[in-house]
Amino acid sequence: MINKNAKILLEVRDLTATVAGVAILKGINLTVRAGEVHAIMGPNGSGKSTFAKVLAGHPAYSVSGGEVLYQGKDLFALSSDERARAGMFLGFQYPVEIPGVTNSAFLRLAYNTVQVPRGKDDLDPLEFDDLVREKMKLLEMDPGFLSRSINDGFSGGEKKRNEILQMALLEPVLALLDETDSGLDIDALRVVAGGINKLLNADNACVLVTHYQRLLNYITPDHVHVMSAGRIIKSGDKALALQLEERGYDWLLDDKKAGATA
Amino acid sequence: MSTVLDNLVSQPYKHGFVTDIESDTAPKGLNEDVIRMISAKKKEPEWLLEFRLQAYRHWLTMEEPKWPNVHYPKIDFQAISYYAAPKAKPKLTSMDEVDPELLRTFEKLGVPMHERAALAGVAVDVIFDSVSVTTTYKEKLAEVGIIFGSISDAVRDHPELVRKYMGSVVPTGDNYYAALNSAVFTDGSFCFIPKGVKCPMELSTYFRINTQDSGQFERTLIIAEEGAKVSYLEGCTAPKFDTNQLHAAVVELVALDDADIKYSTVQNWYAGDENGKGGIYNFVTKRGLCKGVNSKISWTQVETGSAITWKYPSCVLLGDNSIGEFYSVALTNHRQQADTGTKMIHIGKNTKSTIISKGISAGYSNNSYRGLVKIGPRAEGARNFSQCDSMLIGAKSGANTFPYIQVQNPTAKVEHEATTSKIGEDQLFYFQSRGIPTEEAVSMIINGFCKDVFQQLPMEFAVEATKLLGLKLEGSVG
Repeated sequence: MINKNAKILLEVRDLTATVAGVAILKGINLTVRAGEVHAIMGPNGSGKSTFAKVLAGHPAYSVSGGEVLYQGKDLFALSSDERARAGMFLGFQYPVEIPGVTNSAFLRLAYNTVQVPRGKDDLDPLEFDDLVREKMKLLEMDPGFLSRSINDGFSGGEKKRNEILQMALLEPVLALLDETDSGLDIDALRVVAGGINKLLNADNACVLVTHYQRLLNYITPDHVHVMSAGRIIKSGDKALALQLEERGYDWLLDDKKAGATA
Repeated sequence: MSTVLDNLVSQPYKHGFVTDIESDTAPKGLNEDVIRMISAKKKEPEWLLEFRLQAYRHWLTMEEPKWPNVHYPKIDFQAISYYAAPKAKPKLTSMDEVDPELLRTFEKLGVPMHERAALAGVAVDVIFDSVSVTTTYKEKLAEVGIIFGSISDAVRDHPELVRKYMGSVVPTGDNYYAALNSAVFTDGSFCFIPKGVKCPMELSTYFRINTQDSGQFERTLIIAEEGAKVSYLEGCTAPKFDTNQLHAAVVELVALDDADIKYSTVQNWYAGDENGKGGIYNFVTKRGLCKGVNSKISWTQVETGSAITWKYPSCVLLGDNSIGEFYSVALTNHRQQADTGTKMIHIGKNTKSTIISKGISAGYSNNSYRGLVKIGPRAEGARNFSQCDSMLIGAKSGANTFPYIQVQNPTAKVEHEATTSKIGEDQLFYFQSRGIPTEEAVSMIINGFCKDVFQQLPMEFAVEATKLLGLKLEGSVG
């Protein structure tokens, strides 16, 4: 849903970042407005996941240049937990396992930490249980998972559902979903994508990092960007994703080389 | 390791102040004259002096244990003062007579010394350096026949009980530090629950080492007669000194038929600074004897302090159907070293034991679980379940598990499980990306890890233990 007058949620200018001294992002520019869905595609090692993690504030990455405005303010002035409380959400490609801490306790703490400052009621365990069970229906999840430890022994599909459940609870302004489709079979993909679609509206936005077109069959992107070697080398609409599906990435990389030498 | 994590595990010790109180300290060094002096100062009967001298002579023939996985310079036992007592009025009969400086000390530590201020009705015996300074609720407990107070008072008022049981669980020559303690112990708590009495309140002893270069050698003896029941808590703190202080205590528990003793410890001795300078050497022998049938002894410990911890609260399951339990959380940080665990000695038929141990290591610390499960030839149907979990915080800490299992009866069933996990950057980032600050995240992970142990603690102490681990690892609380 493109609306040129919609509020700008994220403005990325010439962003560069390193991990352990190695440059991974080499000048990213991107503007995301409310109501938009962006897909970031590209071959392995192009920096897609790094981009999402840098925005969310992963401590392993250092920002070396450029700036990012989130809702008009300097994103890097905020710690990663402050970013989350300001409505940014990262759906992890590989959610970590945390033995000993129950999902229900974790989800409730996350919910109260993020939602209470926005004016919602602080929920006690019983009130929260009602809410979370409601949200779990959206993702066709078994209530038994609430009493299990966070992601501990979860299948790949269960972990991804858990990520989107957290998105449903935290109602982010900007969701960065890092390869949410990987590890999902076709039925799970339909359910998870359906869940994401229900959460998107005119006031929030979503950046999908993905390898494949198949997720985009369910969630229609307004913009598609192709990353290579730490830069966005091509942007287009959903037709670009279909083209990539058909032709792979090589033609784009070749084009770019040709352009560079011309 | 991230700097956030570094900061988190580097909180200062809150109980490190020294109380400016005049103390009566014995000259440094140990010989038979010092032991006679301690015994004389305490106006002890002849048999007790003999007990001490026998232990001392045995100690002289013994060597420091070398098997624990801890490292420290050789202790100079002649550089320690074996007796330190606050110079107070000779005999205190009420709280009003306690040195106000001492009262302020315990108020600072949050120990409820004033009976009227005791929130949850916990009876407290307070040991300051070597001497018991006060016991609350003594009279009220006496009404139901419970004797609770200092072991010095018990020696004077109930010598037959002390003589019968002291050394019956931990013999004077049991090990190097137990022998030393038997020779020089100065005070400690004594508790006797008569037949059929369920102690109506939590009993608690609070230990404080105040004097530099003094050792603390207290001795605790708890006896639960047939059908008696008691829950007992011990807390410990010490000021910060840059020299090491030795704490070598002995705790003996005796449970007769159908008796039930629950002993909980929250140990927060000074652990030394971040470079490992100073701190308490905590070399403690704790053992319970399930003497009667159907008796039960349960140890719960939360060990957060001390430069070195060497301690194995154990159960000797002599009575048929008796039960031993050990629940432990041991947290080490900076340069702390802990070698702790338990021994479950199954002698009687159908005896059962449970061991749940949770070790958390941060900084450069080293945390070892060492446990023995021994099933004797007569222990038909004995059962043991052990679970030893370790959690590492950061990349420089270490964890070890040394389980020893000896089974001499074919009907026994022994199970052992062990896991190692790690709090890493990625776990903390996961919480942060959900809006949860690092400190809350660490606290949630640690509490989740320790849940099985914390739920064994009496309610209010569970809260205290949770807070204490928080203090040790978090930035905001300290």
